[in-house]
Amino acid sequence: MRFQALKLSVGMAFLLAGWCAGPLFAQSQLTINITGFKKYRLAQPAFVAPAGNPQAASLAEAFNQTLWNDLNQSGLVIMVSRSLYPQATPAQPQDLNGGAMAAWSNPPAQAQRLVFGNLAVGNNVLQIEGYLYDLTQPSSPYMLGKRYSGPPTAPEARLMAHEFADAIIAALGGGQGIAGTHIAYISNRSGHKEVWLMDYDGTNKRQITHLNSICYSPRISPGGNRIAFISNRSGTWQIWIYSLLTNRYLYFPHFNGFIATPAWSPDGTKLAFSADLDHSGNPEIYVINANGSGLHRLTYSHSVNIAPVWNPKTGAQIAFESDRTGLPQIYIMDADGANQQVLTTSGYAVSPSWSPNGQVLAFSWRRTGGGENNGGAYDIYLMDLASRNFVQLTHNGLRNDYPSWAPDGRHVVFTSGRPGHWQLFTILADGSNPAEISRRGSNQMPNWSSH
Amino acid sequence: MQVRNRLLAAAASLPLLLWLTGCGHKKLPPPPPPAPVAAAPLPTASISADPTAIQRGQSSTLTWTSTNAVSVTLNGARVDLNGSQQVSPTDSTDYELVATNSDGKTADSSVRVTVTQPPPPPPPPAPTVVPLSERFQQNIHDAFFDFDKWNIRGDAQQALEGDADWLKQNPEVNIIIEGHCDARGSAEYNMGLGDRRANAARKYLVALGVDASRIRTISYGKERPFCTEATSECYQQNRRAHIVMQTSGGGSSQ
Repeated sequence: MRFQALKLSVGMAFLLAGWCAGPLFAQSQLTINITGFKKYRLAQPAFVAPAGNPQAASLAEAFNQTLWNDLNQSGLVIMVSRSLYPQATPAQPQDLNGGAMAAWSNPPAQAQRLVFGNLAVGNNVLQIEGYLYDLTQPSSPYMLGKRYSGPPTAPEARLMAHEFADAIIAALGGGQGIAGTHIAYISNRSGHKEVWLMDYDGTNKRQITHLNSICYSPRISPGGNRIAFISNRSGTWQIWIYSLLTNRYLYFPHFNGFIATPAWSPDGTKLAFSADLDHSGNPEIYVINANGSGLHRLTYSHSVNIAPVWNPKTGAQIAFESDRTGLPQIYIMDADGANQQVLTTSGYAVSPSWSPNGQVLAFSWRRTGGGENNGGAYDIYLMDLASRNFVQLTHNGLRNDYPSWAPDGRHVVFTSGRPGHWQLFTILADGSNPAEISRRGSNQMPNWSSH
Repeated sequence: MQVRNRLLAAAASLPLLLWLTGCGHKKLPPPPPPAPVAAAPLPTASISADPTAIQRGQSSTLTWTSTNAVSVTLNGARVDLNGSQQVSPTDSTDYELVATNSDGKTADSSVRVTVTQPPPPPPPPAPTVVPLSERFQQNIHDAFFDFDKWNIRGDAQQALEGDADWLKQNPEVNIIIEGHCDARGSAEYNMGLGDRRANAARKYLVALGVDASRIRTISYGKERPFCTEATSECYQQNRRAHIVMQTSGGGSSQ
């Protein structure tokens, strides 16, 4: 499908800056700059489709909407409003000859980057040409040109838009984009809590499990081929692993005792999870090989230790939550269980997720109050592990839980709402561009795939 | 009452006998007229029963009278010419009184005493068979917990002590302890908290002498609330170790 491919290897464009807010504050604040550069003003006029062809028009609409949303959600650009665009819409590079290009870079559009192209349908093939121009370099504006072809269907048009969006993001210095990634989550849409999967932008939702039980805590394996989760289908909670390659459940040993919250190691060979295998009432963190061998225990804290997550950069550390001092708090430890350290010391802190660069933990925190009657807001926070500085990401007064980092390190998906009425949102790590990506049923525990 | 008269046949046979004996003696003077036979008066018999219907075990009084009789029998046994007698037959019985006069002539009379079965004795209060599951419900009580706590507080101790007593008296019953949490907090964390609560209750029962092998535990976290309102009463209802009977398949009965 791809005729032209430009491979860019760009480092994580994710910078952190922390400073002390002053001696009156027990903990200092963190600001997050997700680009490391000033956001470009980007114009994306609709791709030009042949007139009088309803099929081409509908495919163009799917493509244009998807591309706009991908670029808008990337956090790398400021999308110039279409009401400011010049009247003539370019379909080909030659359409920008003469003074046409300046019409985009001059007021009112003042675009610095221009994405344009065209779309054709013939012989049961959809073909799309797209270009990225740097309007600040009028003598050599060409940055990127792509041509895609495939079946003339809306899903295919959306896929082409995702691929082109990721190519643009890479060309703009944003590294590998997330337009082709997926989010696994738990939905009760079918009447039971089952594992579902969707594209990162909330489209293409499909039910993965049909166990007619309760499923929790889906985690997509690195590489995206497997989903681990727990279900009480067998009458007891067990870890289940579903292969997205074969659409079958893979072998995993059953345990006698409490089991929860599986977590893939970054190389996909191991799972950390929480288990109470001696019926002591103390779920502890264990690690096991993905083939079921090599079970060993990491924590001995005589409390609830749950929701482990590996440092995806190094695989050398595991973050988790523990109520060993009362209400649950966030801890980190080495992957062999040594060096356990608490990161939060007040309130109620749960559901850690480790950023792809290994530097920032996202988690859900109700910072104040430990008492029964403080049902208050739970918000998503980000904490820089080096400085322990943190920043509050959500401010909606609802209960926000289960953050999960996107592989670009710029996006976080999380659950927001009230008990029984949960929906999924994505947000940029700087708090901008919140987007609701689920509507029907109650949806929670999202987990963002790797690239 | 039946009265039979057998005199007619005997009287009719007399002229024939006289005619036969008179033949061949023409010259003989006519015999003197036979001496008139003084026939004894015919007997009568009458018997009654009061009451005529009894229940088995009860008695009835037979009363009889006779006239012109020289002997009277009741069902073949000689009795006074007039009299009464208590009877207590086990089954319905005919009593036949026969009076005989001096000529051997008889008269009889009978009465039937009907015996009915007594009503079945009022059935002894049927031993009420309460199903095991119902007795379980009546005797087993859940343990409740404080917010974000798993220690067995006073009221829970009382509940579990009663549970342990009953379980020791019913050793065939195996149980599942479900750990439940209220709707607040994180669902994943509450799965762990539910495990703590279920096992805290389990340990308490084991310490009171219930065999550990009879107890399974499972956490439902906040997945199966007993009530769904956002009130402190409702939250309290949902923070519990809920004890259910294991079915034969090992599953829990909801």
